[in-house]
Amino acid sequence: MATDTLHHEGSVVHHEHHDATETKLFGFWVYLMSDLVIFGSLFATYAVLMKGTAGGPSAAEIFELPFVLVETFLLLFSSFTFGMGVLAMNAERLGQVKAWLGITFVLGAAFVGMEIYEFQHLIHEGYGPDKSAFLSSFFTLVGTHGLHVTFGLIWILVMLIQLSTKGLNDMTRPRILCLSLFWHFLDIVWICVFSFVYLMGVL
Amino acid sequence: MFGKLSLESIPYHEPIIMVVAAFMAIGGIALLGALTYYRKWGWLWNEWFTSVDHKKLGIMYFIVALVMLLRGFSDAIMMRTQQAMAAGGAAGYLPPEHYDQIFTAHGVIMIFFVAMPMVIGLMNLVVPLQIGARDVAFPFLNNLSFWLFAVAAILVNISLVVGEFAKTGWLAYAPLSGIEFSPGVGVDYWIWALQISGIGTTLTGINFFVTILKMRTKGMTMFRMPIFTWTSLCANVLIIASFPILTATIALLTLDRYFGMHFFTNDFGGNMMMYVNLIWAWGHPEVYILILPAFGVFSEVISTFARKRLFGYMTMVWATIAITLLSFIVWLHHFFTMGAGANVNAFFGIMTMIIAIPTGVKVFNWLFTMFRGSLELTSPVLWTLGFIITFTLGGMTGVMLAVPAANFVLHNSLFVIAHFHNVIIGGVVFGMMAGLTFWFPKAFGFTLSEKWGKRSFWCWFIGFYVAFMPLYVLAFFGAVRRMQSYANPEWQPWMILAWVGAVIIMMGIACTVIQFWVSIRDRKLNADVTGDPWDGRTLEWSTSSPAPFYNFARLPEVGDIDSFWSQKERSNEELEEAPYTDIHMPRNTVAGPVISFFALIIGFALVWHIWWLAGVGAIGVFVSFMARVFNDDIDYYVSAEEVERIERAHQQRVKNSDPYKPSSEVEGRDGKQRYVEVNA
Repeated sequence: MATDTLHHEGSVVHHEHHDATETKLFGFWVYLMSDLVIFGSLFATYAVLMKGTAGGPSAAEIFELPFVLVETFLLLFSSFTFGMGVLAMNAERLGQVKAWLGITFVLGAAFVGMEIYEFQHLIHEGYGPDKSAFLSSFFTLVGTHGLHVTFGLIWILVMLIQLSTKGLNDMTRPRILCLSLFWHFLDIVWICVFSFVYLMGVL
Repeated sequence: MFGKLSLESIPYHEPIIMVVAAFMAIGGIALLGALTYYRKWGWLWNEWFTSVDHKKLGIMYFIVALVMLLRGFSDAIMMRTQQAMAAGGAAGYLPPEHYDQIFTAHGVIMIFFVAMPMVIGLMNLVVPLQIGARDVAFPFLNNLSFWLFAVAAILVNISLVVGEFAKTGWLAYAPLSGIEFSPGVGVDYWIWALQISGIGTTLTGINFFVTILKMRTKGMTMFRMPIFTWTSLCANVLIIASFPILTATIALLTLDRYFGMHFFTNDFGGNMMMYVNLIWAWGHPEVYILILPAFGVFSEVISTFARKRLFGYMTMVWATIAITLLSFIVWLHHFFTMGAGANVNAFFGIMTMIIAIPTGVKVFNWLFTMFRGSLELTSPVLWTLGFIITFTLGGMTGVMLAVPAANFVLHNSLFVIAHFHNVIIGGVVFGMMAGLTFWFPKAFGFTLSEKWGKRSFWCWFIGFYVAFMPLYVLAFFGAVRRMQSYANPEWQPWMILAWVGAVIIMMGIACTVIQFWVSIRDRKLNADVTGDPWDGRTLEWSTSSPAPFYNFARLPEVGDIDSFWSQKERSNEELEEAPYTDIHMPRNTVAGPVISFFALIIGFALVWHIWWLAGVGAIGVFVSFMARVFNDDIDYYVSAEEVERIERAHQQRVKNSDPYKPSSEVEGRDGKQRYVEVNA
């Protein structure tokens, strides 16, 4: 990348990679903010349409809070394990990084699995996304988050492969940091989903 | 196997479409034949399609935009011809379902595939040079953005020959665009073309936002940035904040159409006004994404040719920021008639009127820049003067529309059409034409013919008034928009007058085509050897024309607004030349075109419900993206010797040319020698 800034001779290579990492991270932050606008639009849509049950079930009738609470804790723990992975990366412990990423993957996969089970259960009961505007907006908001987590899982797999073949270097480090931002970001969005959709729906 | 696609999807029975398709096929075959005959395929692929050079990407954006302008304008002249004919209930020559496709295609093409690529193309060409950077922050993403946009343009053109385009108007209001009322593939083409190009635009927004914030050269603080860079920065903020809303909205419409969901349907609790709110929450900022960079162009042009620093730099910047913020809280003025209530309408009406204040500040800044300047009436200046008059008028009709009570009468009338063409032609088109003329030499190394540029301006300027003033008049007679035919024969003379205006505009477009032809023919005569043909003020004029691929041999150091100008004023100072150093550059990449090709396959397959093909496309995108991710060989160094060779050759050319100018002035206009060596 053409990241030439002003640097002294001799430390050219080091500085360029340092700047490149900083620029990548900043760019990824900006991407996350734009992604947040997508979620914002979906939250707004849900807020407008949540009363549009069209004779179908309302939120209080279909949500099972204990089940969602388990999902929530799986995701919260996965954020913790990812944080441990980044700490291990800063300490140059490659094996630990891979182990923590592996645990994060398992927790994330369990979250997605539970979500798929919940969706499949609702559709089986006859409460699919085509039954009412409320269900359409619910499935879309929660499903978009689930889709993001799924992409995060694929990304973790790719990073595990890259860590095994390339190790920790100037290419893989910023990617781990971006992925970590992505993962925590999804955690925050989920907390909003949990409070705004599930908790308020049941209350 | 082929979903909804069959041979009957091709509209054989529509002679107009078939003739157009035949012309497109002949033109396409001629182009491909010429490329093969002259063995240019390798050159095209290696030097252009896979290039990550922001200048080349900017040029490619402009080429696609100009081609699409011809398509969008053909739609316009067809509409005007239909309305000139179809008076007193006469049928005209276009059946309603075809007419509806044409006005939809005209709007979609002009906004998404002409105005947007022109604005983004200009940002690509100019912004990195203005901030003294060697490339954008993410060169590969920049290439990918272009190709996503380009394949979306291809998808729109496919709809002309295979299937149909949307008949819903350019924003595809629900529930008309829902599956119940638009069962054909037209809306699906609209959906996937916008979705693919929208992703590209969002990536561009992120890319340029980061570039401007992180890659400015030494000494260029935020308040020393050229105004075009400032307006681009604000436009990119708007892209980042508003395009995701478009993506989400179109995704919801897609779910309604493909999975029977109920976001915007009449029944099952759906809310169609949710669609209108969401689409305008994107749509109004979009207007400012287009106009802000045009404001930037006018600022650069007027200060350059008035030979004065722009009047009120700080107020210009703050006015731009104010417009950026205000643009997000006015969207409801597009549908005051929704019935949101007097208080809500009053809020959005007042917010809309307030935008006239920062815009007025800008207009006065341009006027005061000209005041007591030595204004040179070049064609970019003509476009600017035409803009100031036309845009001010359009702005005033905008304030009229912002009055909710008046809006209830004017809503959906030709007044709205006249108003937004008043600001988009007078603002965006004039701005892009000015920018094209102004920065053309920086891209190609020779200036455009002034004679044909001025002819083009006068045709556009007069043509605009002849074409759109009658529409204001017709609106007061009660004429509404999107009429395939109308009962009142008294409207016809005005419609014919509007048609004449469209023909004059067509002559303006013809003048631009001739301008390119003449200028390319006389390129040796009009060569811009020094790199600074207009006696410019900002850093892009300090490099050679066309700029070397690394932009700056030594990164410039900035101490002022209009830093290149002040450096030229200090030109007597002899500054020592430090040695050149190696330059770090990104490699070209095939990933952009390949990923976008598979995205095109996904889009086409989803339009026609060919699910297996969409799967193939998705796998293609994933595999080609992974190939990029696992490729470590993405950059290289240009050796100091190579840089020195290129720079010496440029300096030699400058010395050899321009016998009429004393050599000291030639050097003074060159700029190369005066840079403080920043690596020392």
